[in-house]
Amino acid sequence: MTLHLQTEEKQPLSREEILQPHRTLENSKVRTEDLDAWYGNNQVLKKLNIEVREHSVTAIIGPSGCGKSTLIRCLNRMHELVPRARTSGRVMLDGSDIYAKGIDPVTIRRRVGMVFQKPNPFPTMSVYDNVAAGLRLNGERNHSVLDRAVQQSLELAFLWDEVKGDLDKSGASLSGGQQQRLCIARALAVQPEVILMDEPCSALDPTATAKIEELIASIKGNYTVMIVTHNMQQAARVSDFTAFLYLGQLIEYGETTSLFENPVEELTERYLTGKFG
Amino acid sequence: MRRFKNKLALWIGALCAALAMIPLVSILYDVVKNGASSLNVDFLTSAPGVIGQAGGGIGPAIQGTLLLVGLTIIMGVPLGVLSGIYLSEFGDNPVGRVIRFLNDVLAEFPSVVIGVVIFTLIVLTFKSFSVIAGALALSIIMLPIITRSTEESLKLVPNSIRDASMALGIRRWRTTLSVVLTTAKSGVVTGILLAIARVAGETAPLVFTILGSQYFFSGLNSPMDALPIRIYRLALLPYPYAQAQGWGAALALTLMVLVVNIGVRLATRGRLYTTRSRA
Repeated sequence: MTLHLQTEEKQPLSREEILQPHRTLENSKVRTEDLDAWYGNNQVLKKLNIEVREHSVTAIIGPSGCGKSTLIRCLNRMHELVPRARTSGRVMLDGSDIYAKGIDPVTIRRRVGMVFQKPNPFPTMSVYDNVAAGLRLNGERNHSVLDRAVQQSLELAFLWDEVKGDLDKSGASLSGGQQQRLCIARALAVQPEVILMDEPCSALDPTATAKIEELIASIKGNYTVMIVTHNMQQAARVSDFTAFLYLGQLIEYGETTSLFENPVEELTERYLTGKFG
Repeated sequence: MRRFKNKLALWIGALCAALAMIPLVSILYDVVKNGASSLNVDFLTSAPGVIGQAGGGIGPAIQGTLLLVGLTIIMGVPLGVLSGIYLSEFGDNPVGRVIRFLNDVLAEFPSVVIGVVIFTLIVLTFKSFSVIAGALALSIIMLPIITRSTEESLKLVPNSIRDASMALGIRRWRTTLSVVLTTAKSGVVTGILLAIARVAGETAPLVFTILGSQYFFSGLNSPMDALPIRIYRLALLPYPYAQAQGWGAALALTLMVLVVNIGVRLATRGRLYTTRSRA
């Protein structure tokens, strides 16, 4: 028997239960309903249904080109910024469709933040200005509010102690790992509810990666985190739930421990054991 | 052998760079050698004297150039920068391609043609050579240079920077102005400086628009002097004093362009050079 549930339930949620579309999990934060996504004529997501729990870390794994990044870019309406990209289906955030008519994508992006694969601090801005950018460029002028937000976000990103004396230094002068934590701080500063991370550690060394994983564990109590990763050990280490995508479809989704220990689908098992991908 | 080739390529490159410097240095040398003796406060501030007699200065010409370039910047820079922003950020469509093409055509127009066009449209219509007509001609010359350099500088900003900003819930126009333009500022400023230097030295279109004058500023709708015209006129005179004054005026123009360049560089330094990331 597997012993990986802290809840009173003895059995992990069955695959059917989790994969069943249109069913509301308790504490569901994000739910997609028959989500399709295209780049031009190339369909990258096919009728995808996934439901993400609030205040949990969900890892998305799968071989290159399976639609992992596209999936999370659909969740904060960044997908549509690519020319000729489009979507259909619904994405429910707290029960309301973010693709509904009249919804301003900008308000969605303020609630659903994003961290990218390569650290991308604003190169001409100082550390302070980078973190403050989201608030400031949305009209926040109050210095004490900004100061507090910058310090809090940098503390959450485990970066405050390293940069508190150099807040005026250029963000681009930090090391790669520090830059990525700066980007996380920048995303946290606007106080989103959901944080999407697109392979945030793929450009970083193991020490920097460990720091980011520690950071993810420490913020998940207040945020819903979704992380795309190519690194299966990382998915196993940081996530509560794991989704395995293949060719734009959700193949298997469940609690991380159970998915890694006894995958139901043969495809999942073959991917986890490195037989393809 | 490979190291030799490497060395050879390096030396050829250095040699070409040195060759390219020769005209620059020799021009500067001649201008300074021949012009320095004429420069003094009186020469820089007084009006031209009677033709054929030594004395007088280039005060009106300096005033005119400052005024012209100032007006040109007011008209040309905002329009050029905004067009460049449009072409880079929103110009990936047929309209943008047409504008880009027309802009390139405009950039290749001989400046004298632009002078003649303004002469026909403005000078003949209002029956007077005027500062406004001159500034208009110079703006038209400046516009495509700034548009193109702004567009190219903005295109160098990686898309990941735009993504980062959009993902923070910053609106598109804010992203463009406060993030993309700020990131590309160094290139945009360089383009503007080049354009200013270029129009400050234009002569042909000015002959058709502001004509030249012996007097100080007397209204935006009247003729005016400018340094390139003054240099041209002085150089045509057969008197040695006039040629010396011409060199002096040339040196004054060179120094003005230099001062503007250095001034802007200093004013925007620090914020400009942080663009280079350590990677």
